[in-house]
Amino acid sequence: MKTGRTSRRTIRQRRAISGYLFILPFLIGFLAFMVRPMIQSIIMSFQSVSLSAQTGITKTWVGLANYVYAFTIDPEFNQMLVDEVIRMVTHSLATMVLAFMIALLLNQQFKGRALARAIFFLPVILSSGVLVGIETDNSLIIGMKELITQSNTMNFGNALFGLLSASGVGTPALEVVNDLITAVYDIVMASGIQIVVFLSGLQTIPRSMYEAAEMEGSSAWESFWMVTFPIISPLLIVNMIYTIIDFFMKTDNLIMEKIHEEMFINLKYGFSSALSWIYFAVAIAMIGISSLIIRKGVRHYE
Amino acid sequence: MSNRDKALQLDSFWVRNRKSGGLLLRQEARKRFVALLRFLMLFGLCFLILQPVLDKISVSFMMEKDLYDTTIIVVPRNLTTENYTLAAYLLNLNTSLLNTTVISLVTALLQIIACTLAGYGFARFEFPLKRFWFACVVLVIVIPPQTISSSLYLHFRYFDVLGIFTRLTGGPINLKGSPLPYLMLSATAMGLKNGLYIFMIRQYFKSIPYSLEEAAYVDGASTLGTFLKVLLPQAVPILVSCFLFAFVWQWTDVFYTRLFLPTANTQYLSIRLSGMAESLRTYVSTRRGITTPPVGYIMQMISTGVLVVVGPLLVLYLVAQRWFIESISATGLKD
Repeated sequence: MKTGRTSRRTIRQRRAISGYLFILPFLIGFLAFMVRPMIQSIIMSFQSVSLSAQTGITKTWVGLANYVYAFTIDPEFNQMLVDEVIRMVTHSLATMVLAFMIALLLNQQFKGRALARAIFFLPVILSSGVLVGIETDNSLIIGMKELITQSNTMNFGNALFGLLSASGVGTPALEVVNDLITAVYDIVMASGIQIVVFLSGLQTIPRSMYEAAEMEGSSAWESFWMVTFPIISPLLIVNMIYTIIDFFMKTDNLIMEKIHEEMFINLKYGFSSALSWIYFAVAIAMIGISSLIIRKGVRHYE
Repeated sequence: MSNRDKALQLDSFWVRNRKSGGLLLRQEARKRFVALLRFLMLFGLCFLILQPVLDKISVSFMMEKDLYDTTIIVVPRNLTTENYTLAAYLLNLNTSLLNTTVISLVTALLQIIACTLAGYGFARFEFPLKRFWFACVVLVIVIPPQTISSSLYLHFRYFDVLGIFTRLTGGPINLKGSPLPYLMLSATAMGLKNGLYIFMIRQYFKSIPYSLEEAAYVDGASTLGTFLKVLLPQAVPILVSCFLFAFVWQWTDVFYTRLFLPTANTQYLSIRLSGMAESLRTYVSTRRGITTPPVGYIMQMISTGVLVVVGPLLVLYLVAQRWFIESISATGLKD
């Protein structure tokens, strides 16, 4: 008995060592290329860093000055942050709803389903890296693009907007809706992975469950809320987190651009580090809040 | 539209419908209506995705004068492939295609090796601090690389990346450096979106029944041997798809490429594409003597450039579409 126990323990130790060996590359990378720059970046956000050809890097400790500057003095950062968070909330909610709807559609049997699925996944490839915002990067083109959107694409949205506001629907809510209508393209382009995740979840639901629900006399609407939704709801968290991260990491959002500009053009390394940490804190907070809310909702169905 | 559809149904099903007491009509009409609605929605959304690509294709074959002809919307009147020749020249196609292919293949391979090892380690082994290290993986996913880019940037600049300023301010490209830092990052699973790959691969390994390995261990196989001979063949789908993702995202990446890779002696498609408007400007001013090319022409050349850069990826996607999608399906299931 005792020998067996010791040998099991050695096996466990050996497996622990093998485990560490397997994750070793990641550990090295994490410690060398993630922790170090992270700490440096945090320290730098409390410093004023200047570069010069003769002296190299000079750093002076300024305490919270960078953060204070970002929130109180910088003319655009506050507004940008609020705008981005609002956009994040509306867009990720819209992404979730749209992705779920498309997944429901794709889960039905019809001709050309595989093709439709392939097309919906295409943006994962088409909206990456340089391809994001390549056409809006050019300053000349921005003006032109605004002109085009004003004269063409917005017509339907504008007409609807005018109609609804004339009939007395509240303006702030309308603005959000209007924003979403004009952003439908962005939302569709950002929902490739979410659609496939939802779809895979839907496909695990056996037909027999719906049949049973039907036997019990539930309508399609009821079986959606009683069968489909509870089974899918764990995926809501995965998708929500993915959506938020994806949104925050997009290089074409305003704050990312500002951070980039402060760093590479204005060469304020300390300030841009402070900005990115504020931004990161906001992102983490948003992820935390949304997964808390969803988790509460999910528990409701269990 | 929908009403007309219903009316059509009414005519053809009227008799049989009366026999069934209206049930047949309702069922059939509802089925058709749902199908139509579904088709319209899917068609609209698919069109939304495809339209920019189709638009770029049509524009890329037009001659410049077609752009200003208001009677031409989609089909070019003067077909030409001249745009592609110019785009190839501006992208420095031969060199940059080769470089991009090589760097994407090499880094994707290194990243997937590192991520597979880590994913397997996290999926199958119990070791102290496992939860902590896995939280670190999640941290890697969540932290935007831009957050630490300033210090990484200074770090690498201090060592070997002097002269990045001229590159970024759009001046002559004169950058000393080596691909080594980025290869190191890739080999240690710190490249583009690598946390995500570790997560996906871990999920996949977790879905493979443990009895497979147990059988191998009983037969006296070593840990590494079991991993290589029993588990890896099982995990081919997820590995291929992660490799494809790594390859594709690396192909279009500007962030890491600009930060870590030497752009002086070697050219990359993504970098060339992002500087396309600039290079077109210099090209036009030297050849035609105009200081700035018309905006429409810049747009046209950028569209062509995008197509040239994306072309290989689209072909890859068409061929390997199944691999891209099905692995996501496999990993999305379990939380």
